[in-house]
Amino acid sequence: MATVKFDQATRIYPGNDTPSVDRLDIDVADGEFLVLVGPSGCGKSTSLRMLAGLEEVNDGKIWIGDRDVTDLSPKDRDVAMVFQNYALYPHMTVADNMGFALKIAGVDKGEIRKRVQEAAGILDLTDYLERKPKALSGGQRQRVAMGRAIVRSPQVFLMDEPLSNLDAKLRVQTRTQIASLQRRLGVTTVYVTHDQIEAMTMGDRIALLKDGILQQCATPREMYDRPNNVFVAGFIGSPAMNLVSVPVTEDGVQFGSHRLHVDRSLLGSSGNEVIVGMRPEDVEVTTNEDGLELIVDVVEELGADAYVYATPANPDIRLEGVGDDALAKPFIARVDGRRVPDKGSKIFVYPNPDHMHVFNKESGARLG
Amino acid sequence: MALEITAARPDPALLDLPWRVPLEEWPEDILAALPRGISRHVVRFVRLSGRVLAVKEIKADLARREYELLRNLNRLGMPCVEPFAVISGRVGADGRELDACLVTRHLQFSLPYRALYSQTLRKGTATRLIDALAVLLVRLHLAGFWWGDVSLSNTLFRRDAGAFAAYLVDAETGELRQRLSDGQREHDLDIARINIAGELMDLEAGGLLQEDRDPVAVSERIMTRYRELWGELTGPELIDDGERWRVEDRMRRLNALGFDVDELEITTDLDGTSIRIQPKVVDAGHHSRRLLRLTGLDVRENQARRLLNDLDAFTAGTGRQGEDEEIVAHEWLTRIYEPVTRRVPRGLVAKLEPAELFHEVLEHRWYLAERARHDIPIEEAIDDYVASVLPGKPDEQSVLGVDTRELPVIAGPNAQP
Repeated sequence: MATVKFDQATRIYPGNDTPSVDRLDIDVADGEFLVLVGPSGCGKSTSLRMLAGLEEVNDGKIWIGDRDVTDLSPKDRDVAMVFQNYALYPHMTVADNMGFALKIAGVDKGEIRKRVQEAAGILDLTDYLERKPKALSGGQRQRVAMGRAIVRSPQVFLMDEPLSNLDAKLRVQTRTQIASLQRRLGVTTVYVTHDQIEAMTMGDRIALLKDGILQQCATPREMYDRPNNVFVAGFIGSPAMNLVSVPVTEDGVQFGSHRLHVDRSLLGSSGNEVIVGMRPEDVEVTTNEDGLELIVDVVEELGADAYVYATPANPDIRLEGVGDDALAKPFIARVDGRRVPDKGSKIFVYPNPDHMHVFNKESGARLG
Repeated sequence: MALEITAARPDPALLDLPWRVPLEEWPEDILAALPRGISRHVVRFVRLSGRVLAVKEIKADLARREYELLRNLNRLGMPCVEPFAVISGRVGADGRELDACLVTRHLQFSLPYRALYSQTLRKGTATRLIDALAVLLVRLHLAGFWWGDVSLSNTLFRRDAGAFAAYLVDAETGELRQRLSDGQREHDLDIARINIAGELMDLEAGGLLQEDRDPVAVSERIMTRYRELWGELTGPELIDDGERWRVEDRMRRLNALGFDVDELEITTDLDGTSIRIQPKVVDAGHHSRRLLRLTGLDVRENQARRLLNDLDAFTAGTGRQGEDEEIVAHEWLTRIYEPVTRRVPRGLVAKLEPAELFHEVLEHRWYLAERARHDIPIEEAIDDYVASVLPGKPDEQSVLGVDTRELPVIAGPNAQP
């Protein structure tokens, strides 16, 4: 039983002025699967390593359960880095491959056998314990490797981009396996990835970092439906949310030729412009001249639905976003697969008022 | 997508290799040796323009990262394989994208630990390998390299005057930092210990471990050896103001371990009764640098120590202690070392490197002398050695083998049974 708590945890690398992890506050519940996600250099791996004891904590504290582990060595923290080494030894049986690290740790034979049996039960490997790894399928071998971490029965599992060198298909399979296994074991897990899809599909909660600062920590659903700021809005979701800077009016905002009502009290201090965000599935598309005028570039047919990729007819209107190629970022709308606009045609769009997001143009913070 | 080759000194012959074919299916006729065992990644050895190259198939970003890391480690003078090229943008004949390849030069006269175990071993080989790995790990840590996957499989060994010198071959999981924290070093050490124990247990399970020693006990040695060496190289020492000779003593101890001290911090306490000394910058290769300066011979640390001892004996034996060291060294080189190493017939040169051969001849002379109960001239010793010992040794110039022979957990589509 272990909770994990980052309490104002800060890491400043020698020679750097700005922290790589800046006053991180996260509470991970016992048994929870928390995913640390963000673009490269955001501090997610550093945070995980601070928890593992591999990176010094310059300020703040880290707790595992009711123990302050800030200054403990990695060995004394009772955490296991999974997939550090995923090689299996060919001459050793599956049982020995799973249990040999316990032998090194001085655990007695009876206890090793018991723990290996238990792990094998959870991993559906009971019938294979006396076989050699060569006789196993790829998926079974992966489970043996997980077994190596499970038999140590640590308080917390730590995983740092464990799927990064797999091809796309195996990545999806393994992702599901890890998530379902974690749920069966109920061991608190902190998982690092740069891939928001991995984060969305695996985590009970997601902590999104940027430049060492926590942007939001919430369930995948909350992150998707109520992003805290423009960065979260643009990072979570695929295809990404459309974000457009628009003028503020007396009773709302002007979205092309379409007026959207927004409570003035929300817009109070946000200047002449705000950023309006809408997910591709929350875009109203019309050919009546109502809304923001777009020219259709590409249509991606998916059967039931289609994605329309379009650019504003007025070149002065820029789409905001966090992508690498923000300048060329298209506006994306999901439409009925049977009513798809032609390539090169003109369409008008505005957000579904029930599912639109409004952000402060300067700070990027969510309004309301 | 166009094929892209990144290399410091690209060899046009690289273009002749079948990059459109998955590495696993490369034709046997271009391979320098047949693959042995299974690696985490597909690895093959090819012969190109007179040298042997190791080719590893791996994702492009990882390949480029490892290539850069190996280059940086080489620049820092760390013992590791030399990166040769990264080939990316590979497309198969069926139009499918293929993973990139990292190409490294094969380290001549190096031996994977499994090859060492397949030979008849001298007693204590396992511990000598671990000692060499401990030195490598300390050197890498001093340079700020965090390995992440320390193991016998990820290391190659070269003979070093009866001992071994270890070289890093796989930097995939590594990171170069300014300085490592204690936690990072301990983590590497912990991984090293578990991997070594696992590797030895695997040899034991396969009936390949000839020594009757507990793998767990042998694996513990990496911790003790590493800590001893790290402590000696970096630890502070408090000495009494009246014992200043101990500063010199510390330097000598480090030299004896094969290290030079480039920077030593000396601080006195407020009342000046005790002095605290701590090495700040140490550099491996004390003996090999000295031998290089004196003779131009570039050999490993223990070989250099052995050769320097013979040079000292030569100096004393010819009564030239007062003379300029460089001049005597030159004479030793032309009168002793070169004639001995040149006496090896052409057909036997791939057995051992010259410096290791010289070491073996010195050992052999000692045995002959002990048996005969009188001194044996070096010429006689080399002739007897070449006739009776050398032909029975395996060729070690290019002992190839996939360095990691464990089964991949992450099996590609072809590996699914």
